[in-house]
Amino acid sequence: MTTALDALLRVDRAAFSLDLPLDAAPGEVVALLGPNGAGKSTALRALAGLLPLTDGHLRLDGAMLEDPAAGVHTPAEQRPVGVVFQDYLLFPHLSALDNVAFGLRCRGHRRREARALALPWLERMGLAEHAAARPGSLSGGQAQRVALARALAVRPRLLLLDEPLAALDARTRLDVRAQLRRHLAEFEAVAILVTHDPLDAMVLADRLVVIEDGRTVQSGTPSEISRRPRTDYIARLVGLNLYRGTAAGHRVELPDGQELFTSEEISGPAFVAFPPAAVTLHRHRPDGSARNVWPLTVAGLDLHGDQVRVDLTGPLPLAADLTPAAAAELDLAPGVEVWAAVKAAQTHAYPA
Amino acid sequence: MTVTAPPAPARSARRRRQRQRIPYALLLPALLGLAFLVLPLVGLLVRAPWSALPEQLSSPEVWQALKLSLISATAATAVSLVLGVPLAWLLARTTFPGRRFIRALVTLPLVLPPVVGGVALLLVLGRNGIVGRWLDSAFGLTLPFTTPGVVLAEAFVAMPFLVISVEGALRAADPRYEEAAATLGASRLTAFRRVTLPLVAPGIGAGAVLAWARALGEFGATITFAGNFPGRTQTMPLAVYLAMESDPEAAIALSLVLLAVSVAVLAGLRDRWLSAP
Repeated sequence: MTTALDALLRVDRAAFSLDLPLDAAPGEVVALLGPNGAGKSTALRALAGLLPLTDGHLRLDGAMLEDPAAGVHTPAEQRPVGVVFQDYLLFPHLSALDNVAFGLRCRGHRRREARALALPWLERMGLAEHAAARPGSLSGGQAQRVALARALAVRPRLLLLDEPLAALDARTRLDVRAQLRRHLAEFEAVAILVTHDPLDAMVLADRLVVIEDGRTVQSGTPSEISRRPRTDYIARLVGLNLYRGTAAGHRVELPDGQELFTSEEISGPAFVAFPPAAVTLHRHRPDGSARNVWPLTVAGLDLHGDQVRVDLTGPLPLAADLTPAAAAELDLAPGVEVWAAVKAAQTHAYPA
Repeated sequence: MTVTAPPAPARSARRRRQRQRIPYALLLPALLGLAFLVLPLVGLLVRAPWSALPEQLSSPEVWQALKLSLISATAATAVSLVLGVPLAWLLARTTFPGRRFIRALVTLPLVLPPVVGGVALLLVLGRNGIVGRWLDSAFGLTLPFTTPGVVLAEAFVAMPFLVISVEGALRAADPRYEEAAATLGASRLTAFRRVTLPLVAPGIGAGAVLAWARALGEFGATITFAGNFPGRTQTMPLAVYLAMESDPEAAIALSLVLLAVSVAVLAGLRDRWLSAP
């Protein structure tokens, strides 16, 4: 794999430090996924040159853009980087076309020339008829596409997208996500996407880098990460119950003495994960084949799509998904005590 | 000093207030205050020699003074724009040691009696002043008691209004637009010219009109630094003052002209000023 982006982003602030190695191949779309305050936006600003690194380096297509130790800092305006900002930051006083032409004009094209080069980008986004519109009269989805066209028009070697779908309502989001996926697939250089939405990350990115507290906690393809989450945050994101313990054979002992039985044989430090839908709830202790059975207390109920998500506390806190009919039949309410069961075959154990 | 239009809620709040009973202890001084502000203007209109007005205003001295006033106020506004907008940008967008102190210095002419400003200008730019002596010997340039002197005196008093107004507009404008411009390849100067300036144009416009009006009415600094020579440094306010001694009717006529100009300015700014909460 040739590396187009080779970066070690170190930024030290009073209350926060970022220490993030980041590599990407040409054409690769990498999503930085993490909770608020994890350092995603800091990483993006550092890549764009809007925030100087305190240490580390940033190399793009073999050219060193930033190396604090050697005193190298390429300012934002000289980097071959395009940014789609979270709220787009389209210049309100310029038409959609002039927004897209802005970067070309900064690169020395005359007004007429820049507009002629910018128009095909709007056409690609299906926005040719809105070329004369001011950003204020565009819908959220249209503004997002103008912002993408503006960033792509300067032919960046690194495209940065900061929560590109966060400002959109749920319906538009679906359309825009599909379009963005297409445009990113066509993009031949590196794209880095920052998001806190796992679905956006998994649909749009080839590879996820999950960061928490300024550090990488896990990276891999969307399917690897969703199958084998390594932190509670990721497990919650991908909708899995996750436990860490020490395995011996089919038995995984958790730090507080609880134990889980899995179908996989494994030994040493291990994670055990199972989806909430694998949990069955009972008013009385079940006699079935399930080996993982715990008495728990209902902490909360929540409608989750067409399922009821039940949060349970007790010796082994977990989330369970039931149909509304099942929830009604069990007469669940906060404080109710139930038995939760999970078949060993429905759990998934992997080394920690 | 804010020059931004009020948000909609302020207006509905005002309507709500109007429906409440107003205590007399507030109403009486309020009406007195209103009368105090309006009556002198009414007096000016009532006592105006309307029949002799065309004759009064057609005298070449009046037009000379009016022309000089308009030209020097416009030139002072231009000077304020050229120097004041970058100064406002510096105050709003950069951090440097002593920035707060500099900002205080910039606003000092707002509260300084204009006569003191005139004296200070004379001490610096006068023929024997620190800078004036050098200007005189090196370039043969004399500023006091000349038309450029009028422009300088007016700019000294008017520029802070512009700086404060533009600085406020810059602080309200989202600096991330400049970052967006930078990521598109714009240097800081290009970003300022093509993004920041258009964004704060309304603030610059308001500041310019404010500075222009202040320059037009300037009296103290002008008469101290530039004197009172008809055709050269005698602006309208100076002409009014001089006329009061010899020909009060002429003074009223001149005042009416200035009043008309002020009302025109106010009308031009009505959206920004009259609707302020």
